[in-house]
Amino acid sequence: MTQTETTTAASGGGDRADGLLAPVPDDDGAPFFAYAARGELRVQCCADCGERRFPPRPCCPHCQSFESLWKKTSGRGRIWSYVLPHPPLLPAYAAQAPYNVVLVELADAPRIRLVGNLVAAADAALNSVPPERIRIGAPVRAAFHETDDGFTVVRWLLERP
Amino acid sequence: MGAARATATLKDATAIAGIGQTSFAKRLPESEKTLACRAILAALDDAGIAPSEVDAFASYTMEETDEVEIAKAIGAGDVTFFGKVGYGGGGSCATVAHLAAAIATGQASVGVAWRSRKRGSGPRPWTNTQVQLPTPAQWTRPYGLLRPADEIGLLARRYMHEYGATRDHFFNVALACRNRANQNPAAMMYDRPLTREMYMTARWISEPLCLFDNCLETDGALACVLVSAERARDCRHRPVYVHSVAQGLPAQHHGMVNYWNDDPLTGPSWTAARRLWKTADFGPQDVDVAQIYDAFTPLIPLSLEGYGFCGRGEGAAFTEGGALEIGGRLPLNTGGGGLSEAYVHGFNLITEGVRQLRGTGTAQVPGATTCLVTAGEGVPTSALLLRS
Repeated sequence: MTQTETTTAASGGGDRADGLLAPVPDDDGAPFFAYAARGELRVQCCADCGERRFPPRPCCPHCQSFESLWKKTSGRGRIWSYVLPHPPLLPAYAAQAPYNVVLVELADAPRIRLVGNLVAAADAALNSVPPERIRIGAPVRAAFHETDDGFTVVRWLLERP
Repeated sequence: MGAARATATLKDATAIAGIGQTSFAKRLPESEKTLACRAILAALDDAGIAPSEVDAFASYTMEETDEVEIAKAIGAGDVTFFGKVGYGGGGSCATVAHLAAAIATGQASVGVAWRSRKRGSGPRPWTNTQVQLPTPAQWTRPYGLLRPADEIGLLARRYMHEYGATRDHFFNVALACRNRANQNPAAMMYDRPLTREMYMTARWISEPLCLFDNCLETDGALACVLVSAERARDCRHRPVYVHSVAQGLPAQHHGMVNYWNDDPLTGPSWTAARRLWKTADFGPQDVDVAQIYDAFTPLIPLSLEGYGFCGRGEGAAFTEGGALEIGGRLPLNTGGGGLSEAYVHGFNLITEGVRQLRGTGTAQVPGATTCLVTAGEGVPTSALLLRS
């Protein structure tokens, strides 16, 4: 491995212009982010038995097939849990703390839960929703935020703000 | 296969004959390697075994002090077994388990397990974002789920939501550990009592977890010496037998970000526990004292359920009425644990288990003969049943 490859392989280390960490997709995760860039929330599923799986991985844990496809979801879900991080944090996150991190259970696939942020609008700050508005069970929908350096991440909006 | 073979059993075949440790502090001047050597030599001296007799080593992978350096520094002999266990605090009991297996099967005769860390004065691991998590960080870190406290906080809030657990239950855990630390001169929090008001007004780390729900940050090292049960009877102290051991990596487990299976609140404890009790002569109701991994307070109710002390969702209620204190149903972390004695990836829970069964604890459970020791819940884990 070259130095460059080593750095790329270590996920979560990419710096964005806003100082937040950019996802560093691995081979299995790359399609998720490619679809997000097109405004689609898709999850990996087995091409043979149809079982959805997350996080993405090379083969199906149910039937061991290496063939997979990416199935579109409605982009709707519910908050399964959340935390409000306070410092000490990495500087860019500390600047917005306390912000929220939510775990969203997808309506189409309840066992698939995505870590993300509940925001007032796709491009709003991580702390743009008041904590008292956050509830376990609250319905949410996916929004797509393009970062300063052109990377798209999935964020979440309350269905009933 | 023709003739039946006798199966080697680990049950009571080996014993911990020596324990040792350095002092615990926010900052110790010596290196991890030096601290490791001090703890190991102290443990060998405690057992009355010469360093040249050591022929097996077991340790953890994070912040390694490797066998080559340790063996030559302490003056070990020819080493015929050595191994490392991953997943941070999940590896604590596994180091002893691996040595027990090696000694019981004749691969070695004197084993040393140790942990040396400088988490008090050294960097916080989560600040190095280049290091990969067991589950790729692309799914968690960019959204500000940066630290173990955040990762466990998500599970803790869900647990509170599903089972009606409250911050008072988490306080019960923090208080029991702090009360024991107040009896233990070696504990970092020896002279620092904790009150409910302090807990309820403490600063948040990751809501719903406050400062006192989080373990300490410690410089220090500990070690233990494992030998055959037969040999242990010739050593300096009452042998503490390794009665049952287990590791646990459940099907479809994802590490500390265990958010993607049917029931994220059923963690590695359940897997380790099934194996642990299967090979034991006693059950949860027979455990006199427990040393349960406490990097975060919510891990205790989860572990109480996982190891079978109560039913699903009852772990929080179990902590009520002084259950975890001396004299309670299940005295917990009697040296103060990771929350109030020292956070050295759970190795102090092993050494405290040994002290309790020797009868030399600073907060001794009268007549204790059985002890459960667990490694980190929420990561691939391990556990031990010790008996005197």
